[in-house]
Amino acid sequence: MTVTPLGIPRRLLEFTIDGEAAGVPEGSTILDACRAAGKDVPTLCQGDTLRPKNACRVCVVEVEGSRALVPACSRKAEPGMVVKTDTERARHSRKIVLELLASSVDLSTTPLVAEWIKEYEAKPDRFGPDAARLNEEPKIDNDLYVRDYDKCILCYKCVDACGDQWQNTFAISVAGRGFDARIAVEHDAALTDSACVYCGNCIEVCPTGALSFKSEFDLRAAGNWDESTQTRTTTVCAYCGVGCNLTLHVQDNEIVKVTSPHDNPVTHGNLCIKGRFGYQHVQNRG
Amino acid sequence: MDLHFGDSKPTDEERAAVDALFGPPESSWEGAARDEMRAADLRWARGGREARDRRELLLPGLHAVNDRVGWISEGALDYLCRRLTVPPAEAYGVATFYAMFSVKPRPATVLHVCTDLACTAAGASRLCAGIEARLGPGSGVSVERDPCLGLCERAPAALAIRAGDPVRTAVSAPATVEAAVLAASAPDSAPEEPPPVTAVPQAGGPSLTLLSRVGVVDPSSLDDYRAHGGYTALRRAFALGPAGVIREVTDSGLLGRGGAAFPTGRKWQATASQPDHPHYLVCNADESEPGTFKDRVLMEGDPYALVEAMTVAAYAIGAHKGYLYLRGEYPRAVHRMQYAVDRTRERGLLGDDILGQGYAFDIEIRRGAGAYICGEETALFNSIEGHRGEPRSKPPFAVEKGLFGKPTVENNVETLVNVLPILTMGAPAYATIGTARSTGSKLFCVSGSVALPGVYELPFGATLGELLALAGAGEGLRAVLLGGAAGGFVRPDELDIPLTFEGTREAGTTLGSGAVMAFDATVPLPRLLLRIAEFFRDESCGQCVPCRVGTVRQEEALHRIVERTGADAAGDIALLREVGRAMRDASICGLGQTAWNAVESAIDRLGAYE
Ligand SMILES: Cc1cc2nc3c(=O)[nH]c(=O)nc-3n(C[C@H](O)[C@H](O)[C@H](O)COP(=O)(O)O)c2cc1C
Ligand code: SF4
Ligand code: SF4
Ligand code: SF4
Ligand code: FES
Ligand code: FES
Repeated sequence: MTVTPLGIPRRLLEFTIDGEAAGVPEGSTILDACRAAGKDVPTLCQGDTLRPKNACRVCVVEVEGSRALVPACSRKAEPGMVVKTDTERARHSRKIVLELLASSVDLSTTPLVAEWIKEYEAKPDRFGPDAARLNEEPKIDNDLYVRDYDKCILCYKCVDACGDQWQNTFAISVAGRGFDARIAVEHDAALTDSACVYCGNCIEVCPTGALSFKSEFDLRAAGNWDESTQTRTTTVCAYCGVGCNLTLHVQDNEIVKVTSPHDNPVTHGNLCIKGRFGYQHVQNRG
Repeated sequence: MDLHFGDSKPTDEERAAVDALFGPPESSWEGAARDEMRAADLRWARGGREARDRRELLLPGLHAVNDRVGWISEGALDYLCRRLTVPPAEAYGVATFYAMFSVKPRPATVLHVCTDLACTAAGASRLCAGIEARLGPGSGVSVERDPCLGLCERAPAALAIRAGDPVRTAVSAPATVEAAVLAASAPDSAPEEPPPVTAVPQAGGPSLTLLSRVGVVDPSSLDDYRAHGGYTALRRAFALGPAGVIREVTDSGLLGRGGAAFPTGRKWQATASQPDHPHYLVCNADESEPGTFKDRVLMEGDPYALVEAMTVAAYAIGAHKGYLYLRGEYPRAVHRMQYAVDRTRERGLLGDDILGQGYAFDIEIRRGAGAYICGEETALFNSIEGHRGEPRSKPPFAVEKGLFGKPTVENNVETLVNVLPILTMGAPAYATIGTARSTGSKLFCVSGSVALPGVYELPFGATLGELLALAGAGEGLRAVLLGGAAGGFVRPDELDIPLTFEGTREAGTTLGSGAVMAFDATVPLPRLLLRIAEFFRDESCGQCVPCRVGTVRQEEALHRIVERTGADAAGDIALLREVGRAMRDASICGLGQTAWNAVESAIDRLGAYE
């Protein structure tokens, strides 16, 4: 069982979502309020353990008095705010964002996107057969994880997780600009020549599968990845005394990847190289 | 944080370029040779606040290497990172953000040839082809096709930069193949640029306020500036006190000239009253809006005026440090402003005790490195701080959390220079100039198909037709682009639009930064629109999806219809509209929000593709 600290009680502030009054604790985002009110607002770049970067713009909503649409994931709720989550205008922007993304990168391993594409009637093909795409080969330069930037939506989550928000290793950042912007290590070198310490915290937060365990990547490539048959067991890492929680994903009696519960107050989903990747001895039946 | 540096070493030259800026390294941890290891090395640690504070030197450091060597190698970047305690991956992300830097080897001389609107209309493609044919491979010159160089009154324009110690630059405008090749191959012996006054067709006219000293004073002489009324505004400011200055500026009705037309007095008041300290003043001299060159002419022709105006503004908002963020492609303006700041400091008009009033203020000049987006307020803060020039999401606004997270006023050069006449003539007199809602006079940058391109100063309220008549717009005018690439096109039958913020808004267009580009029928409109789309695609920072991908999809659609009209173009125009609407609605910053304005106006107002 994980325990989430409640923190000090906060003042409730009142505002309206889609015409209904809502009360949310001070400091909440519009997204928090929407979710509490049972409204469905799609998100891609938002991360439960990270400061919002609000780069994808799929969560935009209408706020009365604001000229442009507002990203629900990062805008704090203010008293008296009048928010509309599902207007034609907001839906239009979401649809276009989905089309733009799906036409430029491979979203096949991004959860929920296929449903949103249907819901918003997005047609990524309408930009024509010559629409520019990322079209990059996966970078397989170490035994632990694969970077398949053809699937990258540039949400900045991995950069934030590797940088000052969690890992403080700063092995990756965004290089270049515009459509040519890419996640890269220094000098665009191989990961093995970088500062990376293989904690895998970037994989943990990647929403698209652009970063994945080598084990998962290989199984997918062979057509053997099958989430429906996998079991998940959360346990405590045995390497040191910190007591991080590990969730072992097991398929066919083999550990295929290791994640960590985000609501765990010790790790917030982060691990070190041993907890994340050091599981081979468990299944070494030699 | 535990930084990892690779094995690449800087060359002696690269090391010297960095050390010239920061001094020699204190320890082998900072990259000093191991055999110089001193006893202190064993107990040497520097981190935390002190190390973070040095991050802002990253951009000057990148410039130092690029200026000396012409590009930034792995060894040079790693050495810079050691000196500043910056993670190499982040520094690589910063270096690759700017167009003026290269992380791949390239020749020491780069010739930037403008291919933007005014220059294209003046034959930039032929010029480029001619230059490339003459220089050919192996010439030791890298020819780059670039967006507007801010020399539109002398289109077509080229700028040569030769790395070395010191770096050499030469401008050729209006450029011929011969002159541009000469500038690149022998920058030291290329002819001098004409004085800034040649960009002011009204020079000497009695109606000029903002431009009154351009061509009249010697831009290098502080005494001459004082002899022409310099520093009376600052004296008045000291007499009024900070609150009094803000009151005058508020009462004058001054609206920001950087494009957004925000009331300057309100911005100053909001910053001045913030309890958090220090406060900062930032002057936005990035001026990269295509077709805009007024700030350059002001800085080149009357540099002390900007120093004085920044001092007044800083005094009003309680700032003791100001940054002048100056476009990197303006070598003469950088040089003149640096000279002016240094002279002013020598004479006690900057520094610890200005005019004996016990007030301290100093200005640091920061050179941009080729990124239009760095003109956006918050991107500019990030750029100064040594991060990628990506806009921040707002709120919080700059008045509360701006540069280094502190309350900051950011103003355009022209806005600040207006503060001088406001103080010398007093707010009521100033407010009688122009119209009730757009007070004062405005600088307009006229270029394209006109006889006398240049910077014009007119009181707000003059019409577009009056301005174009002054500039000598001839027969056959096909379209006018108001407000630069982020502005909008108007038709030749709309010349009675009053040039005020409210008048252009009512006419469904914008004044933007004051760029006015005239095009006659010889200019192929679809090509022009394609160039605008290409500009935004190139200049998008890439942070948010509507802009990063939207600008690409728009450019593709415009390519498809470049030679099509009517029903053949209808599908793609519908697509453009849908994408444009989402870009305007959902982009993080003004770049994505306005990127589709000009093309939309060309379709709706000019009937392009009909
Ligand atoms: C993409 C973009 C580019 C901009 N470029 C400039 C610029 O080059 N110079 C400038 O003064 N303002 C520029 N601005 C406007 C600034 O963000 C800001 O509004 C202005 O500097 C404020 O000064 P003002 O109040 O004196 O107008 C730009 C804005 C955007 C969105
Ligand atoms: S594995 Fe860890 S150190 Fe390596 S890039 Fe990812 S977050 Fe950074
Ligand atoms: S690799 Fe994943 S986490 Fe990183 S920016 Fe791309 S999509 Fe986001
Ligand atoms: S709108 Fe364009 S320039 Fe502005 S933040 Fe988004 S990607 Fe960057
Ligand atoms: S989820 Fe809000 S902008 Fe991406
Ligand atoms: S200098 Fe070429 S268009 Fe401005």
